[in-house]
Amino acid sequence: MPPSLPARARGSAVIVVFLLLAAVSVVTGALVFVVDSMARATYALACSFVAVALALLTFGLTYLGVITILMMVMEMAIMAVFMIMFMGMNPALMPMDMVHGKRAALAVSVALFALLVVGIVVAPWPGAAGSASTASDIAALGHTLMGSKMLVMMSVSPIMFATIVGGVVLASGRTRYDRFGDDLDHPAQDPTPGGVGR
Amino acid sequence: MTLIPVWWTVATLLVLATLAASAHGALAARTVGASPGVGALLPATETARLLRQERRTLLAADSPLWRIGGAGLALIPLLMAAVVPLGPPAVLDSPIGIVWFNAADVVVWALVWLLGWGANSTYALVGAFRFLATALAYELPLMFALTTPAVAAGSLRVSDVVAAQSGLWYVVWMPVAFAITLLGVVGFSVWGPLSPAAAPDLAGGVLAELSGPDRLLAGAGRYLLLTAGSAFATALFLGGTQGPLLPGWMWMSLKTLVVVLALVAVRGRLVLLRPDRFLEVGWLVLLPLALAQLLVVSLVVAS
Repeated sequence: MPPSLPARARGSAVIVVFLLLAAVSVVTGALVFVVDSMARATYALACSFVAVALALLTFGLTYLGVITILMMVMEMAIMAVFMIMFMGMNPALMPMDMVHGKRAALAVSVALFALLVVGIVVAPWPGAAGSASTASDIAALGHTLMGSKMLVMMSVSPIMFATIVGGVVLASGRTRYDRFGDDLDHPAQDPTPGGVGR
Repeated sequence: MTLIPVWWTVATLLVLATLAASAHGALAARTVGASPGVGALLPATETARLLRQERRTLLAADSPLWRIGGAGLALIPLLMAAVVPLGPPAVLDSPIGIVWFNAADVVVWALVWLLGWGANSTYALVGAFRFLATALAYELPLMFALTTPAVAAGSLRVSDVVAAQSGLWYVVWMPVAFAITLLGVVGFSVWGPLSPAAAPDLAGGVLAELSGPDRLLAGAGRYLLLTAGSAFATALFLGGTQGPLLPGWMWMSLKTLVVVLALVAVRGRLVLLRPDRFLEVGWLVLLPLALAQLLVVSLVVAS
């Protein structure tokens, strides 16, 4: 955008772009439940997330926006692996209905959406018209998250990681005793030998 | 805002990618005993052939996703090159250019998978999953390798990393990160040793059923990815536009051309890496190597 444009026009252009992206994210989010194929649902969801990430860019949150694109696209690609791996006789490869328990689900999601929207509209956000400036609020938020709650933040990720590893170990048919023998002292025996000569 | 950087980026990418395809054509022709001169015309002959070719239609193909996969592969390299200063300032001189590039190369995961999925063909789908397995092995080492020059330069902005190499090219003291970056470039371009997703044993894998303009876009996309990746590696490790006498844009184009031609030359000389074996290499060898390189560079920077 040319800097010669008045700041006000620029501001409204950003708002228009934001609204467009918001609409795209909602529409593609809804498409997840309309389409009849796992692949389309997966990538409709990816589109929705990417639109949200681009909306973050309009707030000037560049790093957060780009990292959201990175993570969400990677996540959806991995989801494609899992959905083929774990879906029994593989309905993931055939056309299928993407919704279950339609009525209850619809009621719950509409109610939740309404609740969140009311919350967003009613909450006294810092920086809105008539409230204090944002800089000190942002600093306060940072101190709250990274100061007194730092221990929680630090312990969450190892616990989550341990949960994932534990889940995979429990779900796996072959244990380390199958690989290395009863006393764990044999060379590894794998159906397919690994790439580093074990 | 002037449009010069945009045209410059598009033209540079197209010219270098065409030269790469031409070099590949010449090498491939020589291998089968044909005239390398005729082989070098590959970009022109393939474009003419594919533009005239009728689109193959397949039963229950997911055409929208299939087309997105092919066209996306041609678009992503332009987004990658947007953050690289190729002579004129970068189109997007973003303070997080390296993260941007990384996000773009992750989108390739989705595109190659869609390319394999859309055809509704077994070989193509198997190829798509081979790609994801290969990607799981190269992506994390690549991420840490890209972080290394950023740590040394103290910035995620590509032009800052180029400027920080005025004394010494980063390839000199972070060769491991450079090698892993090139491996990643080869990986996301579905190229050479990391192209089991498009291997002959799968009748072309993700490319098996592609025809006409779709094949042209996907094929050109691979060369463009190779070129954009080489340009990025050049900016991060080979000093980018830095060099004596010649103007910056010429240094940048020359170095990128050398890198991309090297990647074209090694294509036929290395064995295809099976994804199941390469996975272990990626996680047990490349990832620790990338982290060790990052540690060394961090210690040097901190001291």
